[in-house]
Amino acid sequence: MKNRLKVLRAERDWTQAQLAAELEVSRQTINAIEKGKFDPSLPLAFKTARLFGLSIEEIFQDEATS
Amino acid sequence: MSHPKTDPNNWAANTTRNTVRLAYWTGAWVLTMAIANFGPRVIWQFNEPLTIVAILINLLVGFGMILANKRHLNGLDEMHRKIQLEAMALSLGIGLVVGLAYRNLDVTNLIVSNAEISHLVILMALVYLAGIVFGLRKYR
Repeated sequence: MKNRLKVLRAERDWTQAQLAAELEVSRQTINAIEKGKFDPSLPLAFKTARLFGLSIEEIFQDEATS
Repeated sequence: MSHPKTDPNNWAANTTRNTVRLAYWTGAWVLTMAIANFGPRVIWQFNEPLTIVAILINLLVGFGMILANKRHLNGLDEMHRKIQLEAMALSLGIGLVVGLAYRNLDVTNLIVSNAEISHLVILMALVYLAGIVFGLRKYR
């Protein structure tokens, strides 16, 4: 699964640690999601979407369909 | 630069607290295990009631450790929980399969030494540690 997390974070000038604190996960988890090594659960994807004020599809894209 | 609103220390502080709590319970369990194991021989010369009390205390502290571990797992974020659960699954699976094969080697006299449960505990602990290291590297 691809995602725009790194771009969205950079646009707001947030560090991985700040985003991690906001989403209540570790910085390593944010790093793994950004690199596409770990796919977040649906609740975490919703929480991320809420934080950025976007829909889930605007942040996460299924590689099979994109 | 816009700042997130959440207190960044809450979640991390909770995780640290759960980890420290688990470390205390684990330490207490190891200590009570040592007392239950060596106490009868070294301290109270096989006094049966004292041995039973020591074993019961060790059991109770063990259950406390299990609950602390459950709390620790529930407090982790989803990626670290996945790493922990995969390491535990690996440890349990290898412990069961290799442990029983090891016992078969013993009961059929294919090995000279006795199959000790401590060997199984060491194997499971090493596999668990290797699983954690592998998991952390996988998602790095």
